[in-house]
Amino acid sequence: MSRIGVFVCHCGLNIAKTVRVSELAQFAATLPDVVVAKDYKFMCSTPGQEMIANDIKEHRLDRVIVTACSPLMHEQTFRKVLAGSGLNQYLLTIVNIREQVSWVTHDIEEGTSKAKALLNGAVARARLLAPLTSRVIDVNPDVLVVGGGIAGIQASLELANAGKKVYLVEKNSTIGGHMAQFDKTFPTLDCSACILTPKMDAVLQHKNITLMTYCEVSEVKGFVGNFDITIKQKARYVDHDKCNACLACTEKCPGKGISEWDEGLVKRKAIYIPFPQAVPQKPIIDRDACTFFLKGKCRLCEKVCEQKAIDFEQQDTFTTVKVGAVIVATGYDLMDTRGLIQYGYGKYPGVYNALEVERLFNSAGPTGGKVTLRDGREPQAIAIFHCIGSRDKNNYEHCSRVCCMYSLKFAHLFKEKTSADVYQFYIDMRAAGKGYEEFYNRIIEEDVKFIRGKGARVAASAEEPGRLIVEAEDTITGKFIKLPVDMVVLSPAMKPRSDYKDIARLFNLSTDKHGFFMERHPKLAPLSTMSEGIFIAGVCQSPKDIPDTVAQAYGAAAEALTIVVKDKLELEATTAMVNPASRCACQNCVRVCPYGAPFFNEQKGVSEINEALCKGCGLCASVCPTGAIIARHFTNDQVLAEMEGLMEF
Amino acid sequence: MSQTATPYLEMSQAIMEAGGEALKKCYQCGTCTGTCPWTPITDFNIRKLVRYGQLGLDGIEEFMWGCSTCRFCVERCPRGVELIDIVTAIRNVYSGGGMLPQSLRTFVGSLAARGNPWSGDPEKRNDWAGDKHPLYTPDKEYLFWTCCTVCYDPRNIRLAKATAELLNLSGLSWGIPSVDVNCCGESLKKVGDQELFERLKSKNLDYFKSQGVTKIITGSPHCLATFNNDYGIDYEVVHISELMAEWVKSGKIVPKKDFGGLKITYHDPCYLGRHSKVFDAPREVLKSLPGVEFVEMERNSEESMCCGGGGGGLWMEKAKGERLSDLRIEEAMGTGATVLATACPYCITMFEDSSRTLNVDNQIQIKDLTELLLESLEISIDEPVVDTCAL
Repeated sequence: MSRIGVFVCHCGLNIAKTVRVSELAQFAATLPDVVVAKDYKFMCSTPGQEMIANDIKEHRLDRVIVTACSPLMHEQTFRKVLAGSGLNQYLLTIVNIREQVSWVTHDIEEGTSKAKALLNGAVARARLLAPLTSRVIDVNPDVLVVGGGIAGIQASLELANAGKKVYLVEKNSTIGGHMAQFDKTFPTLDCSACILTPKMDAVLQHKNITLMTYCEVSEVKGFVGNFDITIKQKARYVDHDKCNACLACTEKCPGKGISEWDEGLVKRKAIYIPFPQAVPQKPIIDRDACTFFLKGKCRLCEKVCEQKAIDFEQQDTFTTVKVGAVIVATGYDLMDTRGLIQYGYGKYPGVYNALEVERLFNSAGPTGGKVTLRDGREPQAIAIFHCIGSRDKNNYEHCSRVCCMYSLKFAHLFKEKTSADVYQFYIDMRAAGKGYEEFYNRIIEEDVKFIRGKGARVAASAEEPGRLIVEAEDTITGKFIKLPVDMVVLSPAMKPRSDYKDIARLFNLSTDKHGFFMERHPKLAPLSTMSEGIFIAGVCQSPKDIPDTVAQAYGAAAEALTIVVKDKLELEATTAMVNPASRCACQNCVRVCPYGAPFFNEQKGVSEINEALCKGCGLCASVCPTGAIIARHFTNDQVLAEMEGLMEF
Repeated sequence: MSQTATPYLEMSQAIMEAGGEALKKCYQCGTCTGTCPWTPITDFNIRKLVRYGQLGLDGIEEFMWGCSTCRFCVERCPRGVELIDIVTAIRNVYSGGGMLPQSLRTFVGSLAARGNPWSGDPEKRNDWAGDKHPLYTPDKEYLFWTCCTVCYDPRNIRLAKATAELLNLSGLSWGIPSVDVNCCGESLKKVGDQELFERLKSKNLDYFKSQGVTKIITGSPHCLATFNNDYGIDYEVVHISELMAEWVKSGKIVPKKDFGGLKITYHDPCYLGRHSKVFDAPREVLKSLPGVEFVEMERNSEESMCCGGGGGGLWMEKAKGERLSDLRIEEAMGTGATVLATACPYCITMFEDSSRTLNVDNQIQIKDLTELLLESLEISIDEPVVDTCAL
């Protein structure tokens, strides 16, 4: 015999609109072992919580059922009420009649009836619940940050300044990310390198940061508080411990590779640093461009290196680090616009994408900061196309958020550096950040022409060879615009890094349909993920500008700190265990577990479960043919009782 | 003229109910207008048409006939708006109120009274075939669906004949429909007469059912697209160009005549290309002809220009300077080609007209793929070409 209290929440009208809540409470009172049943407007409010606490005492309740919103919302709230009233927190049951009932119907009959069925099942199960004890684990105080763009840099610095040891893993040979490619940043037009390079240097110098460039995460094991991360150091063919960054090698090298840094606009050497302020400022060898690797002879770099740092025999190496939390900040790529044949990118040399133009403006770029076309001419007229592949159901439905603003920045820089006429072809101008509308006004006053109409086509000019004709409708006048220009700048959609699938698999992250990592809650947990202890920041979550990215980096660092500042962590008690009396060896559980918790104990000849890894999903219990696995809080008896309760309806 | 307007949402609702649901999705970016082949040469503005539709504004009837349903805008639209459905729905709503232009009345009237757009006698539908080609019977594999235009229009009868000859050579088991069928109704649907379209469709479906038809060969891409998209029944429908490409590839038909360096360019019919995604087959056929130099126009394949004949355009008068077919002929001639090949009776009609009005019919010939392949086999249909305008 148990003594159950049922508390039905109205959630304002959220539930009460499509479920007759007082009828539900009256119904609850008729169910076996229910000694009190009440409904209340907002059960999560202080008076609501107090009501439950009082009833626990007054009616000597030993089970509590709250019929309200999803347990993701308030399970913790009500568990605390139970604990505060001296009841084990696992004797609480939440019946979700909001997300699973009232929000999915307009029919009050259906709603009430389904709510009753769910409640009937919950009462049947609650009677069989057992008190459980939470587990406490040790927490490793270090943090892994994946991605060395501005998000990863900022998050690493925050954590390091808070006294935590950080491993910053970057797959390229330098940190800095896309921000290091820019010349100016909107809306203030401050020099990107001037504000970024001090931070890059701070990362290198910080005693708490272990900088791991040209590295990739290759394996992730463990769980919140205790991750084991294997990191691959790709062979650089240069021993960075010996190298003194004299860069004599890069001068002599005859090899030619494509400069990723300059977006392929120019070549670089085979042994190279990507740009002068690269961190670390030590070179690597690009195997695919190196004469020695391609033809078997050369070794000029080796001859000029006084430090004897060149090592053609170097291999990839692997190290494992232990951390308590992880921040993923892997950033973005631009969409490849070659598939959009109407714009002629890749076909006409006068058509550029946004990152290429960033490099043209940059004094460390391929043109030394002069705006000249691929044929060396200075453009006389320039068209900037917004929303290329963004806001486009055929490509990426999202707004890439930064293109309006960087297109304005481009217009300003074109005006500053050339005498060209500049045209913006836009659908809607979006300038919703601090100082952004003011920046928009400023650029309008610089006499940039705004044509409200999406660029429709780019063609070669028949009359003037080498020039381009841009076609679009000016939707304000309804006129078809045919505009001769020398340069077209495409603002392509921002998309996740091409290796997002590998990152998602390694860290068990879910993604949206385009591959952006999913946050735990779009408003209230934007930096957490469904994997405990793994946080996300920056554009890998969704397109955003530098201020928002930096804000997220601070936030993710704070989130990670909430874990690693503690010595111990309390974990859910709802895990699976193997009945010690069983002799179970089929290993079905080992095969199905996504977390690697069950293992086969060779010595004993039985399967066992590492409860530290178990998330309590119950997959193992469901495939166990002998019923030897007990999923705590979801035992077979409990689940069957709930199903019978449901099916009575 | 006053510029005051009041949104009339009942009208917008009516358009959506008539199949123009997609009105709601449009954010007026102008990609459609910027892509539309009519924008540079006429007043027709497809974006404004949608805008007027969204708000139910007066004056929409002034420019709802400009679209030739070429599908270029639909392919480019970033919102996935089915603009052709909107155009069709607007025409449906307004032409119900007696707004059908004069030039389309004969066409619609003929379809209502005779089941074909050419005022042809239904009994004479198969006269082109004489006794030479078989009627379809349930024991045959393929129905060669003869478009009304190839049955009645003297220029296009050559297409019917050439196709029939090729089908005979291919060894397929095939037949033409009896005179009980009528127009597939494609153009009629696009001018907005949904009710009559349904009538024509159901008569054809009755015929297909009664004869146990499962596989259909079409000569006109318009019939092809409408069977595939609007008939709601899963027949295996194939365009003759796809079969020709197969025959040539497999060696079933071997072109032998040497064309002696003849330069041919190819115009993708909108309903074969963008509507049905058949781009390669016609090119493979042309490239297989001995001694032919195949050249592309700048706008080809998915970017092909429209001839102007779709969506009822074939029956509407266009002023000089507002004809897409004229521009297309000029583009074709710009490649140096002396033959403009295509694979659609509407395109043939439009280009034949244009080549004559532009006075270049002695410089560029308009040919259907079937005619060219047959010519390469040195088989003549031996029929004098009668002027289309004689009808």
